[in-house]
Amino acid sequence: MTNILEVQNLVKNYGDFQAVKGVSFHIQEGEIFSLLGPNGAGKTTTISMLSTLYEPTAGDATVAGHSVKKNPMGVRNAIGVVPQDLALYEDLTAKENLIFWGQMYNLSGKPLTSRVDEVLEQIGLTDKAKNKVKTFSGGMKRRVNIGVGLLHKPKLLFMDEPTVGIDPQSRRAILDTVKDLNKQGMTVLYTTHYMEEAEELSNRVGIIDHGELIAIGTQKELTKQVGETETLILHVGENEDPSALVSALKGLPNVIDANVVNNEISVVTPSAKDVLASVVTKANERGIKIHSIDIREPNLEAVFLHLTGRALRD
Amino acid sequence: MLKTFLIGLKDLKIAFRDRAAIIFMLLTPFLLTIGMGLVTGRFSSNDNSGALNIPIVIVNLDNDSLGDALVEVFSSEELADLLETTTSQDAEAARALVDKDEITVAIIIPAGFTQNIFSANASQSEEHQVEFYANPSRPTSAGIVKTILDGFMARVDEMRVGGITSVTQLIISGRISPEQANAVAEEMGARFENTPTDSDETLITLNTSTNQTETNEVDMLAYIAPGMALMFLMYTVSYGGRSILAEKSGGTLTRLLVTPTNSMQILGGKVFGIFLTGAAQMFILIGATSLLFQLQWGNMLGVILLVFAAVFGATGWGLLITAFARTPNQVGSVGSAVMLIFAIMGGSFLSTENMPDFVQTLSKITPNAWALDGFTSLAFGGDTASLTTPLLALLTMGILLFLVSAVLFGKKNLVQK
Ligand SMILES: Nc1ncnc2c1ncn2[C@@H]1O[C@H](COP(=O)(O)OP(=O)(O)O)[C@@H](O)[C@H]1O
Ligand SMILES: [Mg+2]
Repeated sequence: MTNILEVQNLVKNYGDFQAVKGVSFHIQEGEIFSLLGPNGAGKTTTISMLSTLYEPTAGDATVAGHSVKKNPMGVRNAIGVVPQDLALYEDLTAKENLIFWGQMYNLSGKPLTSRVDEVLEQIGLTDKAKNKVKTFSGGMKRRVNIGVGLLHKPKLLFMDEPTVGIDPQSRRAILDTVKDLNKQGMTVLYTTHYMEEAEELSNRVGIIDHGELIAIGTQKELTKQVGETETLILHVGENEDPSALVSALKGLPNVIDANVVNNEISVVTPSAKDVLASVVTKANERGIKIHSIDIREPNLEAVFLHLTGRALRD
Repeated sequence: MLKTFLIGLKDLKIAFRDRAAIIFMLLTPFLLTIGMGLVTGRFSSNDNSGALNIPIVIVNLDNDSLGDALVEVFSSEELADLLETTTSQDAEAARALVDKDEITVAIIIPAGFTQNIFSANASQSEEHQVEFYANPSRPTSAGIVKTILDGFMARVDEMRVGGITSVTQLIISGRISPEQANAVAEEMGARFENTPTDSDETLITLNTSTNQTETNEVDMLAYIAPGMALMFLMYTVSYGGRSILAEKSGGTLTRLLVTPTNSMQILGGKVFGIFLTGAAQMFILIGATSLLFQLQWGNMLGVILLVFAAVFGATGWGLLITAFARTPNQVGSVGSAVMLIFAIMGGSFLSTENMPDFVQTLSKITPNAWALDGFTSLAFGGDTASLTTPLLALLTMGILLFLVSAVLFGKKNLVQK
């Protein structure tokens, strides 16, 4: 497998502030690679340097053999970019947007129109092609935003948080699209602050925080760092107040940590089946009704917590 | 080059889809043209309220047939709305009046003017030429008067050449001897002298229409319509400027910069888009007023050249405003202010001639003033040659503003690296 992207010690300063502090990684052809990190970690800044929008303060990267510093045009021809914020002409229709952006990628004539039809099909907007983008829902706009990045069949696609702020169905559709594209042979660099997305999509994940890549590897390799823990998830009723229960759970032997988010209590333990009985007993004592219980293997969220002491979500 | 064109075309499409933009680019200037036309009486017949009344003085030292005919033309009923003609016998005093700006033009017909014209070997020397003495601060009015005078002189020339040719033919054919020729020519001159009084036909027409029997009334709309169009051309260029900043804040500029398109092509495309939209607006307004009000804009090539030059100059201003502004909304509000100020200074509402001197001088920085000069002289029959000054001024203005804006855009770092 050849590396389609190689990043060496990439640095970006905004004035005195260093947003990216010497990041290095590579992506192999055919992979989906995720950059996972909270808001402000430096994901967009990194993608901006890789897509030749910003010049790196230091370091370099090669995309499909072209240096972002020395041959930005070569890089631009090889990549597709789906920016974090929508970048479309709202007064033009979906089709007109795709045609215009296709022209910017040097497509024209019959190849352009047939490619635009293909992409419309792929993003599921064929029947809305002649509607102005400003009449679209957030999810539909996101899909057009992705479509623009696919027009010239790039070898490498950069997707910067493409699911932020949309409904669950649209998110599902987008994640499926990413997987489809990858099956058809496209390499994808995907950034997100949703652990589940990184877990579902990626072959390998880089965890980025405060401009530094703090861990990199397959999901298995990463979770191994946390040690052999499991997490019990208790789903409780809406009207319950589980905070007292959570403190009681923290006092149990073999419980490393306990937390509550909405109606979910999570209990981190070296062995779920050993603590299950005592956890249920404690809940019964307090009259809290448990709807269901899940057992989870260590996840990327736990890895992030382990490495930074903070939760991934803000 | 192709991408620059495609980006410009995209912007043209977007502008003409924006309802608010259509209202300001086309509907408002059109309605204002009608409104001001009504106020000035363009749509009611023979109403004098739309008079320009350019003050001129004619000094007739010739006191012979042609000199009298010229005075008669300038004092005629047809031109009463346009000119306020007085006569005098004192050339020096007349020039002084012009210098003092009390009179726009002095026309001085030298003694012996008629004699010279009808002598077979007419002298082209200056002492026999009609002197056109105009106040340089009133190019529009002076241009109108000059156009009328040129029309008269062209007609005289035609007659004279016709006369000489006939006389020459008579000599060649042996009907008369060369010695007799002078007398014959004078007789023809005498016949010519009676022509204007013998028939209803006037000596000149007010436009370049080749049909000499058709005299056009002075059309106030020929002044109002370009004034309004030019005013809202300034709206269009600031609208275009706003779209440059909107592409930046809306993320499309960033996206363009990661396609294989360089920043010069992108900026060029944006500028071209402003230019295209402005030109489209002007041509639509010109077409609409010609069709609906039978407004004669004049020499077609001249109109086209002037539109391009005016849009070029105005685009320069749009870019300058954009280069100073931080947000699209700032471009919008500064643009509206500039639009109004330029319209007033440039004579869209009131002829600049009634304004204080410093305003008139200042008005030269507006594309409105120059283009309006050009449109007025075209409407009064001027050809492309009469546009030399406005065209040069507008092009120079555009180039200077482009350069300054380019420097400012560079400093502003539209494309952050
Ligand atoms: N243009 C900029 N100027 C100054 N600081 C910036 C700029 N863009 C981003 N930053 C800062 O750099 C850091 C990284 O931002 P960003 O790359 O957008 O993070 P992410 O995409 O991971 O949320 C943040 O602290 C952000 O505030
Ligand atoms: Mg980001």
